[in-house]
Amino acid sequence: MALEFKSVTFKRGGETHIYETDLALEPGGFNTLLGTTLSGKTTLMQLMAGILKPTTGEIWFDGRNVTGVSVQKRNVSMVYQQFINYPNMTVFENIASPLWVAGVARREVEERVGRFADLLKLTPMLKRKPSELSGGQQQRTAMARALVKDADLVLLDEPLANLDFKLREELRDELPKLFADRNCTVVYATTEPTEALLLGGHTAALHEGRVIAFGPTGNLYRRPTNLKAAEVFSEPPINAIRADKSGDRFTIDETAGWNAGEGDLAALPDGTYYLGVRPHHLTPSKDGDNGPAVALQGRIIITEISGSESVIHFAHEGQTLISQAHGVHAFDIGDMASFAFDPAKCLIFDEAGARISAKGVA
Amino acid sequence: MARITLDNLKHSYVPSPSQPSDYALKEIDVSWTDGGAYALLGPSGCGKTTLLNIISGLLSPSEGRVLFDDRDVTHEAPDDRNIAQVFQFPVVYDTMTVFDNLAFPLRNRGVAESEVRSRVEAIAEMTDLTAMLDRRASGLTADGKQKISLGRGLVREDVNVIMFDEPLTVIDPHLKWQLRSKLKELHQRIETTMIYVTHDQTEALTFADQVVVMPDGVVVQIGTPVELFERPQHTFVGHFIGSPGMNVLPCSVENGQAVFQGERVAIENAGSAAAASAAGKATEIGIRPEFVTLADAGIPVRINKVADAGRFRIVEGYAGETRINALIEDGDDIPSGTAYLAFDPAQTRLYADGWLT
Repeated sequence: MALEFKSVTFKRGGETHIYETDLALEPGGFNTLLGTTLSGKTTLMQLMAGILKPTTGEIWFDGRNVTGVSVQKRNVSMVYQQFINYPNMTVFENIASPLWVAGVARREVEERVGRFADLLKLTPMLKRKPSELSGGQQQRTAMARALVKDADLVLLDEPLANLDFKLREELRDELPKLFADRNCTVVYATTEPTEALLLGGHTAALHEGRVIAFGPTGNLYRRPTNLKAAEVFSEPPINAIRADKSGDRFTIDETAGWNAGEGDLAALPDGTYYLGVRPHHLTPSKDGDNGPAVALQGRIIITEISGSESVIHFAHEGQTLISQAHGVHAFDIGDMASFAFDPAKCLIFDEAGARISAKGVA
Repeated sequence: MARITLDNLKHSYVPSPSQPSDYALKEIDVSWTDGGAYALLGPSGCGKTTLLNIISGLLSPSEGRVLFDDRDVTHEAPDDRNIAQVFQFPVVYDTMTVFDNLAFPLRNRGVAESEVRSRVEAIAEMTDLTAMLDRRASGLTADGKQKISLGRGLVREDVNVIMFDEPLTVIDPHLKWQLRSKLKELHQRIETTMIYVTHDQTEALTFADQVVVMPDGVVVQIGTPVELFERPQHTFVGHFIGSPGMNVLPCSVENGQAVFQGERVAIENAGSAAAASAAGKATEIGIRPEFVTLADAGIPVRINKVADAGRFRIVEGYAGETRINALIEDGDDIPSGTAYLAFDPAQTRLYADGWLT
């Protein structure tokens, strides 16, 4: 069940929605498309489904060129952000409808609807109409319908976005389990980095109509190929801090910097670099002793305390940086404070944004 | 600005309510100090919007009173209450410029044009809209439009309260960060009473000085974010706040000790254990995943799943049929198969019939 894009582009009205894309999804696996609104997630899914036809390039599925094959002739199912169910049908009928269309025998319809209703905790609601269900139950119904027909390709376009926080957590946890023993390729679109991480599988990071990185989700987070991919994949946003290298010294501002000593970092050519420092690696520091850490002075913009941790936004050299620390750290707006990070825990990017793999950094 | 008191409010949409389930709001008794930042947190259908409508005057409560300072406004029309409201979806006059959108509530009340200008400019500065004041609102992105809605909510200095009804729902996560902290910053600058309604615990906890947790028309706890996190008064609060929420493990009480599947578990509130048990209540242990660690001895579990959240991992273990989550820092070793879990005794508590004993 391999799905592959070969040099696919999509233009509409002279405007490019998808720039040339080569992408081979993980066959039979869970694939996440991660990007902001308008980054091209929905367009990519519509191309995968056959709802849209690529302007140039080819789409291959299971060893077959399916470019131009209509959605009706592909074995695809889709779930959208808005819960779509037939309002005049019961939950049972909603789930059963694709099986009736496919002419599946009555006994088997009952067996399969029963199985997926059970899996999605809908069994007590089978006789109700969608309007009598909560949002979460309506979306579960839409999901059950997408799952019941045994599609080769299942496309889930931000299916949890309209649900309550807690419900989202619960369904996000269940989703990969639903597909664990099925031979279908799943594609899941989301705007939320944490959601992509928790779903696991493979992730494609999208930015303005381009797939800027693709790979096993954890690898993409820990070793992003470029700064943009690191930014797409960071919540709260990763801090990109400029550092100028001269000899073995990296200089951030008048007071902050460090000596790389010998090794990979010191061997880099002199010039401008960007340090990718995740907010939880940039923490409030006590006066004086910072150990191996580099300390930055900043002016507090705002502190958000969530109960277990504090998120501190501060201004440094005309840039807003974010620190995320365990416990309660109360600062007043406008205070000056010191924040420290360990260079060994950051990512390092060249001036053009490509990540440099070097000993001495993460 | 005003202190807001909700005095024994009840509301039912049923004509003659006879039982608790007939009430959308079962009983709300809250007092909010002037100038504070408050959040109302609960799932869909818990009565949040009903409560907002009662405060704004769109709805008259079945029972109880709403007071602004000492003035009873229970039956006053919305117009007379002097409040501002920001909704889930941006409400923007597309044909107007950003300036005229922000000026609208002031002009509507006949404020002198010179004052309109200075006020709009001040608010535009705070909401980063200065560069866009002359542009038509129709061309802006969703977050740009929502900033206008926020700005319009803040532009009048004489309002009693500003209410926000899920204002960040339609905003992308990376912009949510900016708007959320912007709102908090604005509150600290203008110090108007603000009430923020949401189902999203992160938004509620980061915005508010005090959060009201309401599962189903009833307030189960009012507290600071730290209190809600560290000392949930009810298992619902423990579950609803935190991601993943607090582990809730059915237990028995033997000789004043909590016992989970044959293992004695040290609890922080041990003094009340015997009484809870004697009263025949259902007893449970509450322990947050943040305070569960992998250990050489303790509760034996079978590791079912490890989810990678980047800076930490969520380890899902099963003790028999009972699921226990643990948050483990990125980089720490996680055994496969069987493991032992230890609970931090200072953060392990006994609950009886859902309530902290």
